[in-house]
Amino acid sequence: MISTPVIKDNKAIWDILSMVTDPEVPVLTIIDLGIVRDVKKEGAQLEIVITPTYSGCPAMDMIATNIRIALLSHGFNNIKITTVLSPAWTTDWMSEEGKQKLKAYGIAPPNAKQQVCRDDLFVADEAVECPHCKSYHTHRVSEFGSTACKALYQCDSCKEPFDYFKCH
Amino acid sequence: MKQHSSIDFLLHLADNALILSQRNAEWCGHGPVLEQDIAITNISLDLLGQARNFYQYAAQLLNEQANTNEPITEDSLAYLRKEREFKNCLLTELPRGDWAQTILRQFLFSNYQNQLMNLLKESDDSQIAAIAEKSLKEITYHLRWSAEWVIRLGDGTEESRARMEKAISEQWPYTGEMFIAADYEKQNGIDPALLQSAWMEKVKEVFEEATLAIPANTFMHTGGKQGVHTEHLGYILTELQYMQRAYPGAAW
Repeated sequence: MISTPVIKDNKAIWDILSMVTDPEVPVLTIIDLGIVRDVKKEGAQLEIVITPTYSGCPAMDMIATNIRIALLSHGFNNIKITTVLSPAWTTDWMSEEGKQKLKAYGIAPPNAKQQVCRDDLFVADEAVECPHCKSYHTHRVSEFGSTACKALYQCDSCKEPFDYFKCH
Repeated sequence: MKQHSSIDFLLHLADNALILSQRNAEWCGHGPVLEQDIAITNISLDLLGQARNFYQYAAQLLNEQANTNEPITEDSLAYLRKEREFKNCLLTELPRGDWAQTILRQFLFSNYQNQLMNLLKESDDSQIAAIAEKSLKEITYHLRWSAEWVIRLGDGTEESRARMEKAISEQWPYTGEMFIAADYEKQNGIDPALLQSAWMEKVKEVFEEATLAIPANTFMHTGGKQGVHTEHLGYILTELQYMQRAYPGAAW
C-alpha cells in the first residue's frame, strides 16, 4: 500500500503536471499549452481542472489518462479530473517557453497579436514567420491543418510547408 | 416537466451537430483536393466535439433524474436511439451530394449556428452557455470558410455556378424549419424566429458577392425537430449505429 504524500503546496503538483506532454505536439507540456486551469485540494482528494483546446480534440482522454498516471507514479491515488469549457481556451494562454519550443520543433507559434479571429471574408493572410528559414515571405495554404489547432502554411523563400498553431 | 424539455432541447442541439458531423465525415479521403478534404473533416471533428458536449450534459441530467440499471451515457444517446427519437433539423441529414451541396449546407447551417450560439452563450444554464462559448470560436472558422467557398463557386466557372444553383434549389426548402420554434425551444425561452433576419442578412451579403439569387419559392419542409425525418436519416443511423447494434457494448 502506498501512502498518499503530504501535499505541502500546489507547486509540487504543478511540477508533476509539467512533465505531462501533449500527445499530438509532444514538445509541449500541458502547462505550456494552458490546458491545466486549476489544482484543488479537498481533504485527501486532488482535483485537476483541465480544458480542451477544441471541442473535438481527440487528445483530451489521453491527456487525462496521462495526468492520472503521472500523479499515481508520485504516490497520489485519490485524483479527480474535471473538464471545464468556460472560459474557452485561447492561444493567449500558451506560455512564452511553449512558443519557443514549438518554433524549435518546426511549428510556427501563434502570433502575439491575433489578426484573423474575425468573420470578414478573404482577409489577407496573417504574416507568419517560417520556423525553418525565419522568412516572413509565407502564405497560407489552408486554414485547416493536420490537427484541429493548426493551419497549413508554405514558405515562399525556402519553399518548405509548415504548420501554424492558429489563432483561437 | 421543465427538466424533461431541457433534455429534448439538449438532444436537438447534439443531434444537429452529430448528424452534420457524420455527413461531413463521408468526405474523408474523397475531398476534391487534399487541403479541402482536411478542412471539411476538421469541421466534422469540431461538430462531433460539440455533439459530445451536449450529449454528456444530457446524460448527466438524465442520470440525475432517474435511477436506471444501466446509466445513460453520451454513447447510448448517440448509438442506441431510434430514428424518430432524433431531433436534428432536416437540413443536416440531407445527402452530402457534390462539393457545392456540401459547401452550401455548411454555410447555411454555420450561419444559423453562429446566431444560435451567440444567443445561448447568454443562457441562464451555465453549462449550455459554456458549450456555446466554446463552439462559437470554432463556428467562426466554419462560417468564414464555407462563405468564401460559396462565393468562389457561385462567382466561378459556368459549371461551379450551375452546381451551386442546383444546390440552392434543393436545399432552400429545408432552411425554414430552423426558425420555427419547437415546444422544447419555447419551454427553454428560445425563439429561433428572432434569429432569422440576421441569418438572412448574412445569406444576402454572401449570395450577392457570389452573384447568386435567393429563391422566390418559400415552401418549407418541417418535421426534423419533432422526430419526423426524411428517408435519409435511417440510412445514416444504420451506418453510424451499426457496430453498437451488431456488437452491443463493444469498446475500442
